[in-house]
Amino acid sequence: MRRAFLAGAVVAVAAPVVGTFVIVRGLAFLGDAVAHTQLAGAAVALVAGASSVLITLGAAVAAVLTALGVVGLTRSAQVREDTAIGMLFAGFFAFGVLLVSRQRNFAVDLNNLLVGNILGVADQDLIVMGALAAVVLAAIWLFYAELRYVAYDPEMAAASGVPVTLVQIGLLVLISLGAVVAFRLVGVILTLAMLVAPAAAAALLFRTLPRIMFGGVAAGLAAIVIGLYASFHANVAAGPAIVLAAVALFGLAFLVSPRGLLRRRVVPFHQ
Amino acid sequence: MSTDPNPHGASLSIQDVAVEFDGHMALRDVTFEVDAGTLMGVVGPNGAGKSTLFNAIAGLLPVRRGKVTLHRVDQKSGELAYVPQQESVNWRFPVTATDVVMMGRCCRQGWFRRPGKKDRELVNACLGRVGLWDHRAALMTELSGGQRQRVFVARALAQEASVLLLDEAFSGVDVGAQEDLVEVLQTLRDEGRIVLLATHDLTNLAGRFDQVLCLNRHVCACGPPDQVFTSEVMEKLYGAHGVRLTMDGAGSKTT
Repeated sequence: MRRAFLAGAVVAVAAPVVGTFVIVRGLAFLGDAVAHTQLAGAAVALVAGASSVLITLGAAVAAVLTALGVVGLTRSAQVREDTAIGMLFAGFFAFGVLLVSRQRNFAVDLNNLLVGNILGVADQDLIVMGALAAVVLAAIWLFYAELRYVAYDPEMAAASGVPVTLVQIGLLVLISLGAVVAFRLVGVILTLAMLVAPAAAAALLFRTLPRIMFGGVAAGLAAIVIGLYASFHANVAAGPAIVLAAVALFGLAFLVSPRGLLRRRVVPFHQ
Repeated sequence: MSTDPNPHGASLSIQDVAVEFDGHMALRDVTFEVDAGTLMGVVGPNGAGKSTLFNAIAGLLPVRRGKVTLHRVDQKSGELAYVPQQESVNWRFPVTATDVVMMGRCCRQGWFRRPGKKDRELVNACLGRVGLWDHRAALMTELSGGQRQRVFVARALAQEASVLLLDEAFSGVDVGAQEDLVEVLQTLRDEGRIVLLATHDLTNLAGRFDQVLCLNRHVCACGPPDQVFTSEVMEKLYGAHGVRLTMDGAGSKTT
């Protein structure tokens, strides 16, 4: 249980910070794609009989390849971005399910990968998750100005000498790694929720990027605590419980935010 | 026009430039020069190649033929600031006016550096210069069109740019705010900067520019507004409708 909380805390810190860029850039579909395509990399490692750490690294490789593939397809073949995402999403995910389906305990393995197995997180998994989270957070801290400038206005950024393409690819790689951090906890299907829900809840309450990031971390931590306790006491799966808690917090933020449902009638629109 | 000693010292020379955009030749045979301390309006109908010209000057589009020369300005060093049409801006992005002006320090800080006290002081000074000190904490979504343009001008100032390119800076900006914006640009011109402002309509303000470049895929005319806005040039710019546009002495357009 202690490991579960620690793993949850790592996800709750890393996912909303990178998730803030997902919501302000409108990259949720890409986030969902890299979350799902991890299954292919994880499945290759699983079928090869690799260790748990290598399964996570396999997932990371697949997610990063998806992000780079989307950039490559969009730029070279003139495919629309959402089409490119859809193709890679479907292809990698189907390949992953196909590989896992050859396993003897197919249902258990697939279930663990799809919805996560937080109580099965080992110490070495925790170390890998922590290391990936540290890389993601350090990169966002170091390149915060560039990431924000390019997300706000790529043309202006390019004209003032910012390497826009590099920064854009870097952001997609960071989103991929953020998804990998979350995947052990909630599985590939629900990873997107950890990237999006806490940050989206904070975005309803706060007005600037750093505050949305910190607010998202707070919401993420709250969701982990609520979800794990609910899972323990009500004997339900931990991953979905955490995700439901995160989405519920978004709902709560929607009710109480300055433009939310409860205050809409008394607050003038322009505020 | 200012004859002050010029700390910026930039000059811009466009010689026989042709630029391709979206598979067709958007600009051809474009030749003009801009000296330091010039406020130039770039006028022409939609599709005349104004944005293409700015993109070529900013180094964002390759020049097919001819030469763009920016004396004493390195395109990559941030001495050139480009305010593109506002469609490229992510308006739902949660940033304050101060945040946007601080973006101008991005390429000056270099990698791995955080904004320091000097950067913050400069950003505050730039917000003051464009008259937005009181709005420094406002979100960009809360500002009017004219105020947003002034934030972008402040960003260019924070970048310490010698050359400013403003594309369609008047769209969504009411007449009074256009005057305010031009006043700010005139002070920048007086400091020796080159300011190019593209618009498809210079109705009231032509007389307040030093030079006007009339562009319609090629240069129809270039010079002081009272010499440039003739019925012949108007016809080249806007076709038959342009004949109805005549100029008064101040260089403003009446219909």
